[in-house]
Amino acid sequence: MPLLSVTDLRTYFHTRSGVYRAVDGVSFSLDRGETLGIVGESGSGKSVTCYSIMGLIPQPPGRIESGTAVFDGTDLLHCTPAQSRAIRGKRVAMIFQDPMTSLNPYARIGDQLIEPLLIHEKISRADALKRGLAALDAVGINDAQKRIHLYPHEFSGGMRQRVMIAMALITKPELLIADEPTTALDVTVQAQILELIKKMQRELGMAVIFITHDLGVVSGLCDRVQVMYAGRIVETADTRTLFYSPKHPYTRALQRSIPSLQPKGAELYTISGMPPDVSKPIPGCAFAPRCEHAAERCTTTVPALAAVNATHAQACLRVQAGEI
Amino acid sequence: MAETILQLTGVKTHFPITSGFLLRRHVGTVKAVDGVTLAVGQGEVLGLVGESGCGKSTLARTIMQLVPTTAGTVVLHGRNLANCSAADLLGARRDMQMVFQDPYASLNPRMTVFATLAEPLLVHGVCPPGEVNARVAELMRTVGLAPRFMQKYPHEFSGGQRQRIAIARALALQPKVIIADEPVSALDVSIQAQILNLLAQLCRRMNLSLIFIAHDLSVVKHISDRVAVMYLGKIVELGPARAVIEHPRHPYTRALVSAIPTPNPDVERSRQRIVLPGDPPSPINPPAGCAFHPRCPHAREICKAAIPPLALFEPGRDVACVRAEEIAEL
Repeated sequence: MPLLSVTDLRTYFHTRSGVYRAVDGVSFSLDRGETLGIVGESGSGKSVTCYSIMGLIPQPPGRIESGTAVFDGTDLLHCTPAQSRAIRGKRVAMIFQDPMTSLNPYARIGDQLIEPLLIHEKISRADALKRGLAALDAVGINDAQKRIHLYPHEFSGGMRQRVMIAMALITKPELLIADEPTTALDVTVQAQILELIKKMQRELGMAVIFITHDLGVVSGLCDRVQVMYAGRIVETADTRTLFYSPKHPYTRALQRSIPSLQPKGAELYTISGMPPDVSKPIPGCAFAPRCEHAAERCTTTVPALAAVNATHAQACLRVQAGEI
Repeated sequence: MAETILQLTGVKTHFPITSGFLLRRHVGTVKAVDGVTLAVGQGEVLGLVGESGCGKSTLARTIMQLVPTTAGTVVLHGRNLANCSAADLLGARRDMQMVFQDPYASLNPRMTVFATLAEPLLVHGVCPPGEVNARVAELMRTVGLAPRFMQKYPHEFSGGQRQRIAIARALALQPKVIIADEPVSALDVSIQAQILNLLAQLCRRMNLSLIFIAHDLSVVKHISDRVAVMYLGKIVELGPARAVIEHPRHPYTRALVSAIPTPNPDVERSRQRIVLPGDPPSPINPPAGCAFHPRCPHAREICKAAIPPLALFEPGRDVACVRAEEIAEL
């Protein structure tokens, strides 16, 4: 049985200027210990998918219109608040993009770090602090004994992200959701953090959902990747298949527009136009207006995800018909 | 190399740190840019890379004279900008324009595209009032925007389109040098490619010199002729873009290159990544000797003794590392 299985998740935002279909029918599952990458441009719904699972969507204006997210037998979207509290922050943890704003500036690192332990486990403050020190050591913060009493502003960006990771992992979760954890960091610090996430994952055997817009980060870290566009999954495959034989025109176009894969001086391949406005219903394939292979029916029929083989599925009508 | 258009010699930009309210005391100095010597040729694209805090943006602002130069000279077209009068500076700025990182912050939200693009034309009086309209329309077409959007406001455009407006504004005075400070890092991958193509195309067509600042080496490699790598206010490696990124010589460049994740799973899994320990040091209190030695895997005693100068390593290639020759053989 998969650890997490999400079925037909739809999260809409009801605003004065219309209904934004941020996530529009997303289904996927994740096994224990697996690393899943979710890739997409801004506004593709990758973060909202995970926020919905974690129950972090502000309601209103947001509303989860349909779907289930079953984590080890419990539907996170329809369980009681008590059930959800027992899982969130204990068995499912999350780290966020910006370590500058996701730590409380008024609280000492130590107090923030052990808060999940005090809430979820019967443990004394002294024992919790000991575990906190061990957790800081594990994420490579030297001199943890002294630093645990400092405030977040006394840490650099990379250090704060390490504290965030220590805090998320202190309850030994079975699933870690990482929402662009390295986007705000420099490349050398990004390398440190990625290595750290890999190491902690090996040690704890947890599953990871890694949200990013950087295909490079995904390639070294994830077992499986799914590409999102305008609130839907357009292609999902194991990492090697997705990089070496992508099927969906959007995945292909995305790869062709990365500078490092192109020879110097050559004109970069560009996807014309802009991502669609999700506040209006899209009658056909959301990518059709920008797709160089779009045909008449692409603008009228919504393509469904269809399996290419056991691990690879994509949502393009023309690929499915064998035309491309 | 083509004719040199911009020459920096020993440029230093230091900021004082003061404490106290009434009796301000000088308690330290941030050496944001600390001795940069660099030449940019006509029509050349120079990539400037480094981590945050290494002084690459301050260097850009120093070249533009948006911050005062502490020492050294910035010579544009034979005129030293570091000590010239305000009137001369105004003239010089016509030859030198800047594109900023965040197109959401660098355009005035209360000015239409027309007003934004017409302002430099009118300030510098380069265009008779009757022709402003036509010139603005031409600028918009140059950057791939339809002139019918002239009366719209920045909020009506997407990030990529706003960056096009910012580029059009920089082009308005037909400058010789454009400094682009992380022009694509706020944009999505598919939009990045459009802006990179536009910049490369403009440079070729108008024989513009471009100083392209970024932290993403793959983007820099794609667009630049030469690359300068900065660490803590100094250039540590300078050379042709491909050579520097494919065969880096300075240990810092090596680590930087190995830290870029490549979108290629087989390469990514098999390669050895050089993970640097720690964070970049503070420019207030830089380490003695080579600023990189506390994080450098090849550091020896001699690295702590003296600051290594940027020295010729091979023709066209400068490296600031005393052990560059030894490391190259490893």
